Order: sequence, then C-alpha cells, then structure tokens
Amino acid sequence: MKKLTQENAPIYEALVEMQNMRLVPFDVPGHKRGRGNPELTALLGEKCMNLDVNSMKCLDNLCHPVSVIRDAEKLAAEAFGAAHAFLMVGGTTSAVQSMILTVAAKGDKIILPRNVHRSVMGAMVLCGAIPVYVDPDCDDELGIALGMSREAVEKAIRANPDAKAVLVNNPTYYGICSDIKAIVDMAHKAGMMCIADEAHGTHFYFCDGLPSGAMEAGADMAAVSMHKSGGSLTQSSILLIGNAAEEGYVRQIINLTQTTSASYLLLASLDISRRNLALRGQRTFDKVRELAEYARGEVNDIGDYYAYGRELINGDSVYDFDVTKLVVNTLKTGLAGIEVYSLLRDEYDIQTEFGDLGNVLAYISIGDRVRDVERLIGALAEVRRRFGKGSAAGLMKQVYIDPVVEVSPQDAFYAECESLPIEQTAGHTCSEFVMCYPPGIPILAPGERITPQVLDYIRYAKDKGCSMTGPEDPEIRRLNVIKTVRGAH
Amino acid sequence: MELWFSERHTPNVKLSIRVDKQLFSGKSDFQRIDVFDSPEFGRFLVLDGYMMLTEKDEFIYHEMITHVPMAVHPDVKNVLVIGGGDGGAVRELVRYDDIERIDLVDIDRMVTEVCLRYLPFTACGLNDSRVHTYFEDGLRFVRTKKNEYDLIIVDSTDPFGPGEGLFTREFYGNCYVALRDDGIMVNQHESPFYGEDALACQRAHKRIVESFPVSRVYQAHIPTYPSGHWLFGFASKKYHPLKDLNEARWNARKLACRYYTTTLHKGAFYIPAYVEELLSNVEHAD
Repeated sequence: MKKLTQENAPIYEALVEMQNMRLVPFDVPGHKRGRGNPELTALLGEKCMNLDVNSMKCLDNLCHPVSVIRDAEKLAAEAFGAAHAFLMVGGTTSAVQSMILTVAAKGDKIILPRNVHRSVMGAMVLCGAIPVYVDPDCDDELGIALGMSREAVEKAIRANPDAKAVLVNNPTYYGICSDIKAIVDMAHKAGMMCIADEAHGTHFYFCDGLPSGAMEAGADMAAVSMHKSGGSLTQSSILLIGNAAEEGYVRQIINLTQTTSASYLLLASLDISRRNLALRGQRTFDKVRELAEYARGEVNDIGDYYAYGRELINGDSVYDFDVTKLVVNTLKTGLAGIEVYSLLRDEYDIQTEFGDLGNVLAYISIGDRVRDVERLIGALAEVRRRFGKGSAAGLMKQVYIDPVVEVSPQDAFYAECESLPIEQTAGHTCSEFVMCYPPGIPILAPGERITPQVLDYIRYAKDKGCSMTGPEDPEIRRLNVIKTVRGAH
Repeated sequence: MELWFSERHTPNVKLSIRVDKQLFSGKSDFQRIDVFDSPEFGRFLVLDGYMMLTEKDEFIYHEMITHVPMAVHPDVKNVLVIGGGDGGAVRELVRYDDIERIDLVDIDRMVTEVCLRYLPFTACGLNDSRVHTYFEDGLRFVRTKKNEYDLIIVDSTDPFGPGEGLFTREFYGNCYVALRDDGIMVNQHESPFYGEDALACQRAHKRIVESFPVSRVYQAHIPTYPSGHWLFGFASKKYHPLKDLNEARWNARKLACRYYTTTLHKGAFYIPAYVEELLSNVEHAD
C-alpha cells in the first residue's frame, strides 16, 4: 500500500472515487443525490448534494473508522503532532464535551478559569463534575479577563489535590494565552490531566511566531475548532489526544453523543483543510498575521480606539498573544463595544465576530482581502466621527465577578426550581445559564449564587443591545432559581 | 473570420461587438485586463470581461463626470480622482487652467500602464505636471485626507469586484471629510434599468444621501454600457447642481465638448419617473 503523506486527503479522494463508480443509491439520505429535493439542489448546487452521502464500505464509518477516515485521522494527528486525532462533526462543543466526559465522572473536580465556553459547563451538567474556578487576572483598563497566572493555578491544585484535570483556554476568545507549558507540568506533577480548549487556536500548530499549541506543550487533550481559523465547514472540528489518553476509551465517550450519520461534507472539509494547513499553513498565516498587524496599526492611528497586541504580554497571565486577533477597545470613543459592533453592521454592512461591553473583535483569517480590511478601518473611522462621544463617561467595563459555586452544575440544573422576577433573585442559587452570545461565556451557570453585581451587569448588557441567551425566559425578565436540592452531592 | 467580444449584461442579455484583433491580455493582482480593436467602436478596454470604455463613446462618460461639477463649483483648485486609471477624466480636467493639482488614485498600476501604451486617446492627460498618480486602495487614500479637495470624482468600476469598496458608506463618509466645506463629489452611479444594476444604483444613492446634504442624480446615454442609460451622482456640501450652475462662466471658458453643454447639464437632472421612484424610495428610509 502507498504510504500516506500530508499531500493526501483520503476522505476527499474516496469521495471522488465513489462518484466515479456511479452507484445507484438505495440507501439514505433519501434525497438521492439531490434529485428528490430540487429546491435544495438549486440552492446548494448539484456537486454539494452529490457528496451528501452516508457511510458505506468505500467511505468508512466515523463511529468505528477502519479505512479512509482512520487514515484521515492519522494524517490529522501527524499534522497536529498528536498521538491521535478524532474528526468531529458536532462542533467544537462536542469535542470540548468529550474531553470533559473523558476526564471526569460524577463528583470529580476540574480546575478551570471562569471564562470557559458554555460547552464546558454543559458537559459538567451531563456528567456531574464540579468546577473549581481559578481567578483570572483582569485588565481593568480594557475590561477583559486575561489568562490564568501560574500562581493561581498552583494554589488551586494545592487546595484541590483530588481534582482530575486542569482546563486551559488556549487562547481565550480575545487571543490571550496562559503559560500552558508550565500549567501542563504542574498538572502532571499533581497527577492530573491537562486539557485545552483550543477553539481559537487551530492556526497555532501551523505557523512559527504564534503561541504554542497545546499538544506541543504536552497537554493530554485539546479541542481544535478547524472551522474557525482552519478553514473547514462550520460545525466540523477535531479532538486531539496525547499519549496518556486512551484512544479506545475516548472513542467510546465520543460515540455516546455523536451522530451515527456523520456528514461527509464536514468530514471532507476537515480532510482538505488539514491538508491545506499542513502544506501551506506557514505561508498562509504569515499573511494573516501581516494583515492583522497592518489593521492594528491603522486602527490605532484613527484615535480613541485601542487595538491591542503583544504589548499586553506580561510573562504570566498574558504569557502570549495571538496577533491574528484584531480586538479593538472602543471605550475612549464613548461607545460600548457592542454599540460599535451594531453600528458596523447596521450602518456599514460589516459583520464582526462579537462586541462586548468594551471591545469589538474583527476576525481576521485566511479568507480576508486587503480591500475588505480597508473597509473595516474606514468604517471604524466613520463610526468614531459620526457617533463617538469622545469620553468613556457612563460606560461600564466588564468586571470579573467571582462566582460563588453553591452546588454542582448538575445538581442545580436538575433541582426543583422556581421562576422569580429577575430583580428578586439576588441571594438565590441560579439553576440555569445566562450568557452573552457571542462570546458565549456564562455570566451565571447553574449552581452559582446570584449577586446584585451580576444583576447590574445583566441589566446593563441588555440595555446596550447584547444578545442574552440561556434562560428559559428568552427576555430574561425572570430567572429560575433553586427551591431545594434533590439529592445533595 | 468571425471574432466577437460578448459581455453579459444580465443572465439573459448580452452585447456583442465584432473584434478585429486583440492587442493585449494580462492579469494584474486585481483583475484581468484586455484591449481589443473593433471596426465599430474602435479600440476598447475590458476589465474582468466588462467593457470599461471604447474609443467611440468614452467621451460621453468622461465629459459628463467632469464638466457637470466644474460648471457648478466656482473655484476648483484641488481635485481627487479615484479609479479612472485610464486617464479619461484627467484628460478633461487638465483642460481647466485654474486647477492647480489633480491626485489620481487607482488601485491597479497595470491598468494605467496598459492605457498609456494602447489607449493614448484617454491617457494623454496623465503626463500633465499637475497630475500626481498614486497606485493604492482609494478607500485607504481618502481616509487620510481632511478638508483638502474641492472636487472628488469617483470613477469606479462596478461594485462587484475591486471597485466594491468605492460604493460603501464608509467611503462616502471618508470623502465627505476629505472635501472642503463647499466641496463636490461626483460618482459613477450605475444604471437604473436592469435588476441587479438598479439595486446597486439604489444602494449607492441611499449611502450618499446619508452622507451628504445635497445629493442628486443625473443621466447620460452611453451606448456600450448595459441598457445604454447611465447615471452619475452629484453630492455636495453646499452647491446645488442646477441653482448654482453658472452657464455664462463655464461657456466663457470656450471648452469644446462633443456631449456636454450647459443646456444639456440642466436636462440631465430631469430623470425618468421610474428612476425617480427607485431613488426616492431610499431617500427617506429608516
């Protein structure tokens, strides 16, 4: 058999071969290469519908890969420097959840920063793990949470020697990295696993001059969002593991919740994107880096905006910074980040990734063109000229609210609860999630005490036009709080 | 030999011109550039498959994009031309002795190089000492300027390629800042006739109305452009295109034109009912 190299894309190649065989489909999907759904075919194109096929002998099966998917996973593992790579079709959410479900069972502790993605908390509701939060450092001027300092992690490990794992955001949504190598070493020394949410770090593995990837740092598992910086289709992702994690066990965990009808559009997109990254990643991301640095300089020249970069690095809680992230602090213009985000979209037809209270994030990637970046810069200048108030008076900054965990997320989620008008909930224990989306980081998670400070924050964020999600009441006028805990942990 | 150049005006309509021979074909960083000779329209320039100008009818476009604002503004000294690397608008501008400086900004150096070589009838003004040429993104160039120009001419391609940024609100806003307090901006405004063009035309108008206190549209008949019916935008901070037209002053200049007259100037602002409706629909939106 021919030796596989990074030039190969086994799933893609198998799909091409399958099409050449001109099989007569008497299997699912029922649209039968699009013929049964002409409107959808008109929308997506025949080529796309032709590739929307089911597992079959020549295409392997994601639940139990033995041929082309297995090969594609091997190549992905090699490209990322991992012991094994799992192709995922349920978003990076499924990859993150599989990590949590692998390392923790009911009652097990996980050490993690509070600014984790909602998928982490969701997995804890599923498995009954208990979060131990590490206070992140905060940048008060910018109003963003930074990474975890080594000392804070050390302290958490010492206080919770029975914890099973430490979770690291590598990087945060804002591009900020903790000292992952040091955290991996501390965790391993204490007999804990180290797992990384690398939803925003796929490109780290393919470009020198960017922060280090979790696998390289020795982490045990990492969830990488190929569909973010990697260029694959939305919802496709990869879960990486190191030597300490057991491949067969992780596969079992994944199969608990993963579909048995994985989309070959997603799988092929992962395969082709991995090939692109492995063959051309350095060149591609050198360009992305250059474009982002150019934009940063130009945005900073407008005045009042602050597009931050590597100057934030402090050797600890900002151990490294991903320069491809164009995060712009807007407070000095007198506008909240979310307001600039809305103005860019409504007035200038520019969709950015997210706006929070003080910042707006423009995602710069392999698909960007200089002329689009010029539009963004021109529009930011116009937003400041037309809408800027020239002073940050009256604007609230994101502050870190130290969460008080009263019961485990699982116990809280399943507890008997009552719905209260939000203004009456201070002092109660929340039984649901409240988050701004994006970035999708919970303001409240099940099991946390509701404080007046949290309520102020929710009110202000709602006023400024943040999209709030999570609670049963979509308007967030009421919140569910715990009445009594059914079966304490 | 039957050799025809065809341009698709809509998915269901095309215009074909018999070609005598192809003189140039090349690909720049931004677009494909072709030059042909034809029996009917003479030499013509094509960008990404779209006809930009022909020897036979380019005078209409270039006279109309230049002389209309020049007959309104009493004292134009500094002009910025964005796009227009073919030099046609500049050729008309250098006929005015009192203009002191013309900045020409086009993103694509190769277009100008090709025009200098193959289209001397439009590029002939580019060597005038008052003309300063910059090959860079127009949006970027104008962003750095404040209170500098009396007239900005936006001589762009269609909004579906490299010219896209020149149809945006941020661009018009940046132009507003770059103009002096009595400055005028004139732009290539697409055609109101076919569906997709009409939408682009409407969107551009909406954004200009939002950016300038005075915003009017005028028309010309350009045989090789889709539908032949073409619009220009006249946006200004102060001057009205008709009330501030000074016919005597302009006619005293004795500039010979083949399309533009001050009488036609007035007529050009009287646009068909369906176009008025198309534009007024977005004038008071929000």
